[in-house]
Amino acid sequence: MSEVHPLTTKETAHVARLARLDIAADRLEALRSQMAGVLGHVARLKAIDVEGVEPMTTPFDHVNRLDADEPGPCLAIEDLLRNAPAVEGRCLAVPKVLAEES
Amino acid sequence: MSAAFTDATATRDAVRSRKAKALEVTAWAIERARRANPRLNAFHEILEAEALEQAEAVDRRIAAGQDPGPLAGVPVAVKDNIATRLGRTTCSSRMLENYRSPFDATCVERLRGAGAIVMGKTNLDEFAMGSSSEHCAWGPVRNPWDDERVPGGSSGGSAAAAAAGLCGVALGSDTGGSIRQPASLCGCVGFKPTYGRISRYGLVAFGSSLDQIGPLTASVRDAALAYSVMAGVDPRDSTSAPAPVEDPLSALDRPIEGLRIGVPSQYLSQANDPDVNACVQASLDRMVKAGATLVPVELPLTDVGISTYYVIAPAEASANLARFDGIRYGFRAKARPGQSLDDLYAESRGQGFGPEVQRRIMLGTYVLSAGYYDAYYGRSLKVRRLIKAEFDRAFETCHVIAGPASPTPAFRMGGLADPLQMYLCDVYTVNTNIAGIPGISVPVGFVPRDGKPLPVGLHLQAPAMADALLLRAAAMVERLHPEAAQRPSG
Repeated sequence: MSEVHPLTTKETAHVARLARLDIAADRLEALRSQMAGVLGHVARLKAIDVEGVEPMTTPFDHVNRLDADEPGPCLAIEDLLRNAPAVEGRCLAVPKVLAEES
Repeated sequence: MSAAFTDATATRDAVRSRKAKALEVTAWAIERARRANPRLNAFHEILEAEALEQAEAVDRRIAAGQDPGPLAGVPVAVKDNIATRLGRTTCSSRMLENYRSPFDATCVERLRGAGAIVMGKTNLDEFAMGSSSEHCAWGPVRNPWDDERVPGGSSGGSAAAAAAGLCGVALGSDTGGSIRQPASLCGCVGFKPTYGRISRYGLVAFGSSLDQIGPLTASVRDAALAYSVMAGVDPRDSTSAPAPVEDPLSALDRPIEGLRIGVPSQYLSQANDPDVNACVQASLDRMVKAGATLVPVELPLTDVGISTYYVIAPAEASANLARFDGIRYGFRAKARPGQSLDDLYAESRGQGFGPEVQRRIMLGTYVLSAGYYDAYYGRSLKVRRLIKAEFDRAFETCHVIAGPASPTPAFRMGGLADPLQMYLCDVYTVNTNIAGIPGISVPVGFVPRDGKPLPVGLHLQAPAMADALLLRAAAMVERLHPEAAQRPSG
């Protein structure tokens, strides 16, 4: 009972940009059709009456309790930098953030 | 050394009473895993030197007259999306191919503190996204009962290792069935505790409101033992449950008087493999003979669980996986002239993530994007509350709810090429996570396929925080199925 979802290739490319995923042009159509298949299946949610129902973001109400704001031990910078793909001194190296011209 | 050390309870008894040394147990398990792994591909890494070193430390504690802990000398296989200082933590992704965690997950820390030995890291669907353990950066896991079939997923490596007797306890994570479905397909016990019962600190986040760590073992007692060590509040996970942990072991072998088993008409669906339905029905019949009562219950939203899940889980995944940007850790795409920071993110993520992970990130990004948020994500969260309410109502008339863990036995590798068909494998397990309640798969029999027996698991669910009761009910089922304790040969 899946609906056909009208997702377009252009929208798919837009979502890929939002998700910061560089996806080759020749893969976009397959991805679009798979996403449309899942979204078509998901469309059955529309048939359910949710009038007046509160959204449930987590299973229990004990989530996100706050701790006292006290300093404690943390991981060593050297340990953390060991996993970094590019390092300069004790800093992470990244490409230029601000473009030359605007 | 001829004894098998695959029973965690018996192993720790032997080690604690000095009938066996942790070192010999560990060497035995490592050797067995080494021999089986070329066929099963269950382990990414077998940490031989590190495991033997841990075992020697346990033996030294015993020699010095100290308490070595309730899991002394038990070899543990850790799913490779759970952080360990030892070895790498890859999530079966090129994105984390060389990642070495600077810390242990809380569950690993607690297991090691109890004398357990981290013996290796197990294969999984990339970032725990999948139901077949085929979406792996370094090759699929194979089912120990039939090399040409999948072990289920995403904790397929852990399920294969536990079922084939390569470890005493395997750790898995379960976001929509990733412990219970592979346990069912491989023929071991797979337990997903109540949401928040075991700290998620050190579990690479997929769906934060759904994820839960749990054990895969040869027996319910071993699952209860591992759970009792890992469970409990953790200051490093603000979603861990502060309620005290009820001891699951003391009453485990005592049958529950007047056990009422809820059987939803929606679970023994015509769409299931008829042999799976027959196995589940036969198991329920045995329970009735043993004194349990079957209670018809209704869970009409069973069917929309997949739709709800495949909005919520990808939405949370797309947010959680935003951290993999090629900057602080993980894969970084090659620098090229004119590459902006944004290009670097997109190229690193485009090359580092596999196709299934990209699909889920895309779906999640879509359902959270402006204009679609209310129709998809907002609506799913409301349906989520209705699904939980439906369970609450059902549990007013029964202690546990029973059904199949998976609609089919293990399917052939490559058999489910369409992502949606793969997602539908989780129809009986996703709602457990959506509601945050505990679930367990217990082996209850075999169905023949191509001349080979394939295991079938009975899925039991219980109300939130009734983990000890659920384990007790599972132990009752287990005792009625001695024939299902059989191990794969080879």
